Amino acid sequence: MHLKVKRANIMGPGRVNLMFMNSVVLIGVLLTAIPFIYMITASFRQQGELYSLPVTIMPREWHGHNYVKLFGDTHFVIWYGNTIFTAGLRTALGVYFAALAGAAFAKYEFRFKRFFFFLVLATLTLPFQVLLVPLFLMMVDFGWVDTYWAVIVPGIVAAFNIFLMRQYIEAVPDELMDAARIDGASEFGIFHRIILPLVRPALGVVAILTFVNTWNDFLWPLIVLHDDTKYLLSIGIATMDGPYDVEIGAIMAASFLSTLPILIVFILMQRQIIAGLTQGAIRG
Amino acid sequence: MSARALTTADNPQPFALADWWSRNQRKVIPYIFLAPFLVSLLVFTVYPAGAAFFLSFQRVRGFISPEEGGGVVLEYKGLDNYERLLTKDKRFRTAIINGAEFALGTVLIQMPIALGMALLMNAPHIRFKVLARLAFFAPYITSAIVVGWIFTLIFQDRYGLLNAALNALGLEGVGWLTNKAFVMPALIILGLWTWCGYNSLFFLAGLQNVPDDLKEAARIDGANTIRVFWHITIPFLRPVFVFVVITGLIGSFSLFSQPYLLFDSGAGPGDAGLFPVMYLFFMGFENFRMGYASAIGYLLTAIILLITGLQLLLFRLWRV
Repeated sequence: MHLKVKRANIMGPGRVNLMFMNSVVLIGVLLTAIPFIYMITASFRQQGELYSLPVTIMPREWHGHNYVKLFGDTHFVIWYGNTIFTAGLRTALGVYFAALAGAAFAKYEFRFKRFFFFLVLATLTLPFQVLLVPLFLMMVDFGWVDTYWAVIVPGIVAAFNIFLMRQYIEAVPDELMDAARIDGASEFGIFHRIILPLVRPALGVVAILTFVNTWNDFLWPLIVLHDDTKYLLSIGIATMDGPYDVEIGAIMAASFLSTLPILIVFILMQRQIIAGLTQGAIRG
Repeated sequence: MSARALTTADNPQPFALADWWSRNQRKVIPYIFLAPFLVSLLVFTVYPAGAAFFLSFQRVRGFISPEEGGGVVLEYKGLDNYERLLTKDKRFRTAIINGAEFALGTVLIQMPIALGMALLMNAPHIRFKVLARLAFFAPYITSAIVVGWIFTLIFQDRYGLLNAALNALGLEGVGWLTNKAFVMPALIILGLWTWCGYNSLFFLAGLQNVPDDLKEAARIDGANTIRVFWHITIPFLRPVFVFVVITGLIGSFSLFSQPYLLFDSGAGPGDAGLFPVMYLFFMGFENFRMGYASAIGYLLTAIILLITGLQLLLFRLWRV
């Protein structure tokens, strides 16, 4: 009964309207997909074809030579490895530290707790770009220029991640932690054997977001990495047209291959990622 | 009490620390848990923020060679950097205006479309929901560099996909990246593609949070769809609006990678693609005017805080 009332009111418009609404959504999906499709098809074309008329989305002839050039003439494989290593290490450490801080805020009482939490929120409002110049000078002092420490360490404990972890860890039942204490578990033991396993989905979300951010980051790596064998994918791809005299097709091939793993992970975990991201915004 | 005294007396030195730890670890552990965050905050945020503030009153006079220990020679210039930025520097003004125009485009064009898309996706019996979620999130997680390269192709004058589409509709193509007047529209189109779907997912999450029985009650009381939307749905979306608008505005002034790539490490024709963070980068890392760059950073922070504060105030007024 209720259902009928609802349907009649919201969907009053009926079948024609529904068809219209469906096609609007479909057009939105298509417009979003076309640049991706164009990227993929462009990577299989010859240079001349991209600069000739008529403009088409599909190649007239499929060619693999852009990929040959990409692997043969550039450091693409090295960049790929560098990026996996850097993003992986930064993610592992960043997630662990964020979970530790989140646990402290969610499950313990201590002096200055509110002040520390205010600090977490305050860092959310400070734009990272203000720090660029002094951070760079600091990296020079540390001797970290052209090393991955410069990419991995600064900003590794992200305030947003602490915030997210705190929210999830709050849901871990106190009784469970107390029972473990009575059994003689240490606080670190409780963190590793009770809290972490129970918030695994949140760890996954934070890990993916950290990984994607590091994978895509451009401005900071551009400032601290100058040797082209040390490059990460983003800088490598951005500068590919310069020293290597590479054609746009090869750049599209690199773009496609560097986006692929991120897209696959996202497709597998989209529900959790979107929920994790949007949760904070709904509650305000 | 006496039992504890006895144990301590029995094992005087070696176990005292372990004993103290077992009694006090719950008090101490939160500080240990917070240590990585606090250290990172102190070393990589608080210190550089202070250093940037100090630098913003200085001018770089020269560099000491690495053999002599390296470093920078500074000269105190008082408020010179700020004064110059606010009164004389036309490029900085251009960068701020461009940021503001992009922000306006984001709020006025992107948000309504995003909200509309979310409403469509939230309607019952709509198909392609899973597909749409996937598609709308994909541009957001794609690297800005990759997006930049794809759109250099799409925005080409003669062989670009966008102009080809315009031609097919019987319209004349334009120089998206070469004509000063079309640079901002081009960037707004790029922004629309990148963030519109992403924002619509936030609106969608907000819409799914509106209690159905509340809407139903209003409808039984005789409210029509528009009234229900205006008086129930929109107020529930308030936090989402706050989030989406503020992150959108901050993002607008911090735009860097996409224009940097589209305009070949430059700022576009007549600086039409120059944004504040880009200007900071040029000043600090290409001209090595680090004091000046730090002053740009602080002015940018001031602008962002001002906008955020105004937004929060505005949205608070809205609640009443």
